[in-house]
Amino acid sequence: MSTPYAKLPAWADYGLIPLINLLVAFAVAGLVVLLVGENPFRAAVILIEGAFGSGQGIAYTLYYATNFIFTGLAVAVAFHCGLFNIGGEGQAYIAGLGVGVVALTFDSVLPWWLTFPLAILAAALMGALWALIPAYLQAKRGSHIVITTIMFNFIAASVMVYMLVNVLKPVGAMAPQTRQFLEGAQLPRLGWLLTELGLKVRPSVPLNVSFLLALLMALLVWVLIWRTKLGYEIRTFGFSPKAARYAGISASRITIVTMLISGALAGMMALNPILGDQHNVPLDFVSGAGFVGIAVALMGRSHPAGIVLAAILFGMLYQGGAELSFEMPDISRDMIVIIQGLVILFAGALENMFRPTIQSIFASLSPRSVGIAATKGERA
Amino acid sequence: MEFVDALINILNSTIRVSVPLLLACLAGLYSERSGVFDIGLEGKMLAGAFAGAAAAAVFASAWIGLLVAMLVSVGMALVHGFASITHRGNQIVSGVAINFIAAGSTIILGQAWFQQGGRTPSLPPEARFGAINLPGADALRDVPVIGQIYSGLLSGHSLLTYVAFLAVPFTWWVLFRTRFGLRLRAVGENPAAVDTAGISVAWLRYRAVICTGILTGMAGSYMALAQNAGFVKDMTAGRGYIALAALIFAKWRPVPAMFACLLFGFLDALAIRLQGTPLPVIGKVPVQFMQALPYVLTVILLAGFIGKAIPPRAGGVPYVKER
Repeated sequence: MSTPYAKLPAWADYGLIPLINLLVAFAVAGLVVLLVGENPFRAAVILIEGAFGSGQGIAYTLYYATNFIFTGLAVAVAFHCGLFNIGGEGQAYIAGLGVGVVALTFDSVLPWWLTFPLAILAAALMGALWALIPAYLQAKRGSHIVITTIMFNFIAASVMVYMLVNVLKPVGAMAPQTRQFLEGAQLPRLGWLLTELGLKVRPSVPLNVSFLLALLMALLVWVLIWRTKLGYEIRTFGFSPKAARYAGISASRITIVTMLISGALAGMMALNPILGDQHNVPLDFVSGAGFVGIAVALMGRSHPAGIVLAAILFGMLYQGGAELSFEMPDISRDMIVIIQGLVILFAGALENMFRPTIQSIFASLSPRSVGIAATKGERA
Repeated sequence: MEFVDALINILNSTIRVSVPLLLACLAGLYSERSGVFDIGLEGKMLAGAFAGAAAAAVFASAWIGLLVAMLVSVGMALVHGFASITHRGNQIVSGVAINFIAAGSTIILGQAWFQQGGRTPSLPPEARFGAINLPGADALRDVPVIGQIYSGLLSGHSLLTYVAFLAVPFTWWVLFRTRFGLRLRAVGENPAAVDTAGISVAWLRYRAVICTGILTGMAGSYMALAQNAGFVKDMTAGRGYIALAALIFAKWRPVPAMFACLLFGFLDALAIRLQGTPLPVIGKVPVQFMQALPYVLTVILLAGFIGKAIPPRAGGVPYVKER
């Protein structure tokens, strides 16, 4: 895709423009709050206090952020390859099956620190498997990966409902979920970490070791994308498939490998709610985290550091949003869905809206910072 | 006779569930033929349904409901157009955004305005599109087969149902027999050529997404004002994506689009009908399997096992004019 825009200094490109886009998204969300008949500034204060005002709030914020780091990394890896993996939701959902089977098999035999690696493998494997088919179809049969991954989200939902209702549900139970896991498949919680830091946290907060796994994955993704041959190939292919082909990179191999990694990352999201919090596989445990990953990846500019920050921001919205719905009953958790949509719109689809304006400001302040002296007809 | 009755019954419900699919599918057809991919059909439909139900409840008029639904859907389509045509943003990303904004705001605004847990008030008959009995439908009811088909299957639908099916030949005529349609198809295949001919690519694409907005507004109105008596949260439940699947299934052509929607509608109707009843040979078919079937079929089609679906060539690519 050609970029009809001139260059900006890096700090403006990676800092200023995303910040402006984000501010506009929140301003529009504020308008919605106004439309509902509440004060947007008070709402923002309640939201931030709910998320960061107490140790309890911070723990929950990080718990939600864990989900979004995984799914955000999944979307970002695919973005680097020029692929849009919109199927994180389905990949994470199906991965729950792998996690569930491992947990149900080993929870009475192994301690958690042996079950956990097995569960990670199972989650990654199932997630990757669910991404493999769309990847294969894109690479070999030319079907569009966006459409197939959307379809696979729905197929995953049907498969999981079937499995939970007809196969995994214990006999005689009412709720469509697996039995409660024993201690061998319950991840240790990390509330004590915050207590060490002097914050007051109840031991029941769901923040658990998969948060550390998420941070590790962010680091590994950075290494993969910017420090390995494979990552170089992924970026080359994403930048210019033609150039990649001339360089001898196999298009179908790189597509499939990238999607396997992406699916595996999305799949690992299942560990956090299943082993870390619920201790069973319930219906619909992903509840939109796969889609939040899109917003997170766009906002984080597909860089692991940005993704962790963006994931914490969305974790804050989830946790603070829960507090907000207590204070302002008209503003339910669905407000987050709007904010998420607006962030995707302004940080993703409309990312270039303010660029020409900012460029001309930069050009008028110091022409050299833009890299070129604005020539005739070049001004957008 | 019982078999005919059952068949007519199931075909009748096929028509009912196909209508929103068909309207949304034709909506997508205009946009995608012009080179603007639209995975935001779901969101526009949902927003249309909510706006229609809300306006119909306030003004107690189905027509005002329909009008407001179309206005809101067109508005959202224009946002998609603004992002993907004017600012050359990623069309998929923009569509995803539209879906989320619609999903969230319909619930929030519905709760704030009507205080019924995200529902709109139940609509009285005059605020809905009621059933239209075709002339002579009652008289012919007892005539075997033909009368049954006429009065049981063709008659007794709402106005929007007939509009939806008439929109199929109309869309065909617009696309393949008018100058606008020729240009619309051209701009989806080779915008540079259209530009060279002195026609504005952006304006053509904007007109296409406006058509999309009008039709998704109708699809939403059908769901809220004809099929149901009001808006329930998340009422489109993935139909926008099924419509998208049908569009691909139909290879971006209007008449096959109708058959694809009827097929997917039939699967849906059959799934409801067969719930729990065992079939000969296969045994009991899980509901979930029937629900997943449209998606599975689309994937198989996309894989090129049932013919090849080739999208408009310029689809998804923003047009950058040479300088």
